[in-house]
Amino acid sequence: MSARAAWRLESLGFTEVYCYAAGKLDWFAFGLPMAGKFAEIPKAGDIVRQDVPTCKLTDRLGEVYERCQAFGWKVCVVVNELNVVLGRLRGEAWKADPQTPIEEVMENGPSTFRPDVFLKTLVKRMLNKKVGSVIITNSDGVLIGILYRKDAEERLSRDRIVNELV
Amino acid sequence: MPKDIIRNDVQRLMANGAQLVEVLPSDEYEEAHLPEAINIPLKKLDGQSIQILNRACPVITYCHDFQ
Repeated sequence: MSARAAWRLESLGFTEVYCYAAGKLDWFAFGLPMAGKFAEIPKAGDIVRQDVPTCKLTDRLGEVYERCQAFGWKVCVVVNELNVVLGRLRGEAWKADPQTPIEEVMENGPSTFRPDVFLKTLVKRMLNKKVGSVIITNSDGVLIGILYRKDAEERLSRDRIVNELV
Repeated sequence: MPKDIIRNDVQRLMANGAQLVEVLPSDEYEEAHLPEAINIPLKKLDGQSIQILNRACPVITYCHDFQ
């Protein structure tokens, strides 16, 4: 549709016309700003924790564990040099030999969500899947952070209270 | 001939004064659109509706995705 519109504009005399075919889905999924009615609806990107620790495939489990513990984290996201998410460390993975390379103990290809997903939708899905946290990336797979269901539920609850007052 | 561009190009062109046009129906535009975008639905794109555009500046069209 955008291509046809671009051609139509040219036929109407415009000389410099561009077509952004990936469109608003691409824009919002990358975490870029939104305008309009939906802009006010809470989304994953609003409450994502960006300070989640990260590590590389070749790091050793023991050193990563210590680093995460120091900041009170029980989860670590495995990324490459471009910060693209490759895996996740949590739960039982921490119990392996401290010398084990991360690549051998990580959970491969964890599910990720985009920052423009509505919190309400995401919480429903997390409840169905019985998960307490999810990784948020942009559409290129680059880590944005981690979202906790507890944070999302608190936010939705707070908004409900505010809406009731208005 | 219109040029296909990606997200980074949109940001660069917008910073240089390009006009952004969402060509979806108005109800979809009202729900969510890119900041600074104006709405001219494809079905209404004609000599009259384009009067709000500046012919001297580049124009970027977009819709939902690759539809």
